[in-house]
Amino acid sequence: MARSDVQLMLDVKAGDAQSFELLLQKYRTPLVNFLYRMVRDAAAAEDLAQEVFLRVYRARKKYAPSAKFTTWLFRIATNLALNAIRDGRFRQMEVSIDESTSAGDGGEQPRVDVADKSPGMVEQLMQRDRAAVIHKAIQALPEKQRVAVLLHKYHDLDYDEIARILECSESALKSLLFRAYETLRVQLAPLVARGGDS
Amino acid sequence: MNCERYETRLVAYMDGRATAAERAAVELHLVACADCRARVEEFRRLWGVLDEAPALEVSPAFDARLRQRIAAEPARGTGLFGWLVAQPRLAIALACLVALAVWISALPPVAQDLANNTTRSEEEFKMIKDLPVLEDLDVLANFEALSEVPATQGKSPRKL
Repeated sequence: MARSDVQLMLDVKAGDAQSFELLLQKYRTPLVNFLYRMVRDAAAAEDLAQEVFLRVYRARKKYAPSAKFTTWLFRIATNLALNAIRDGRFRQMEVSIDESTSAGDGGEQPRVDVADKSPGMVEQLMQRDRAAVIHKAIQALPEKQRVAVLLHKYHDLDYDEIARILECSESALKSLLFRAYETLRVQLAPLVARGGDS
Repeated sequence: MNCERYETRLVAYMDGRATAAERAAVELHLVACADCRARVEEFRRLWGVLDEAPALEVSPAFDARLRQRIAAEPARGTGLFGWLVAQPRLAIALACLVALAVWISALPPVAQDLANNTTRSEEEFKMIKDLPVLEDLDVLANFEALSEVPATQGKSPRKL
């Protein structure tokens, strides 16, 4: 029977390195993606994700499961991301339609030749363009609304978890989410109008 | 229509996390409110659009770099404090020595006072020993030689 995240972390506390590896495998990609959507810099997102795991590792001896493991993990990630953004460490770069979607390929994806009118290439271009517009709209949200949307939409955290991370009540969180989605609805109206079925 | 009352419940209603009572209340409102029905539909399409944002692939070197950083973390128990923690008996002995030194330094200086008193007594004795005879009233008062001097010539001993 698979161990819960809390049990895995308690095993890490007891010195089990394999349990730490299991948590790393499970949360590495979600964390990097959350941080990428927060800071819009792939390399920085990986650095921040590593910092999150380092802090989990350093705190292992004192770990006491007072909340879900994901609440703790994403709270560390949120604080690190917000601190990095407020420190101005990451320039809010305009995303080009040639932007790579991998943090590690060094941007080696081929540039799209606009003269190439094959349906696949045009579709790829449109998808990249839409993705960039979506990322930009999320980036434009106020910090708390951005965190709320990312944790709710992309990480499926419960309301009480997100409220703990944002240090607000559940009703305040629901209000945040409504305002965030309302803003995105307006910002992404052209994409929504064209149909959101991908 | 009082739509504001239902706004904060719409998201929970749409993602299936509303309570039964909340769901019933929202559904009743949606039956009567075309604007909120339209908003719910637009939110559903928005969520579909948000799903288009592709996920980032983590670089292949991520795990190796993290393991390097963890390996570089200082081990528990290094440094002076950690050394003492590793040897508790030595730590306790050192603590006792320090406490003893503090206690001794707080004691009153009795031996020093005795030494000082001895020095003072010797000095006073020297002073008395060397005092000239004429300055010693006791000697003068008992000096029998003065009693043989005639009264007309003798004056009462000058009182010092």
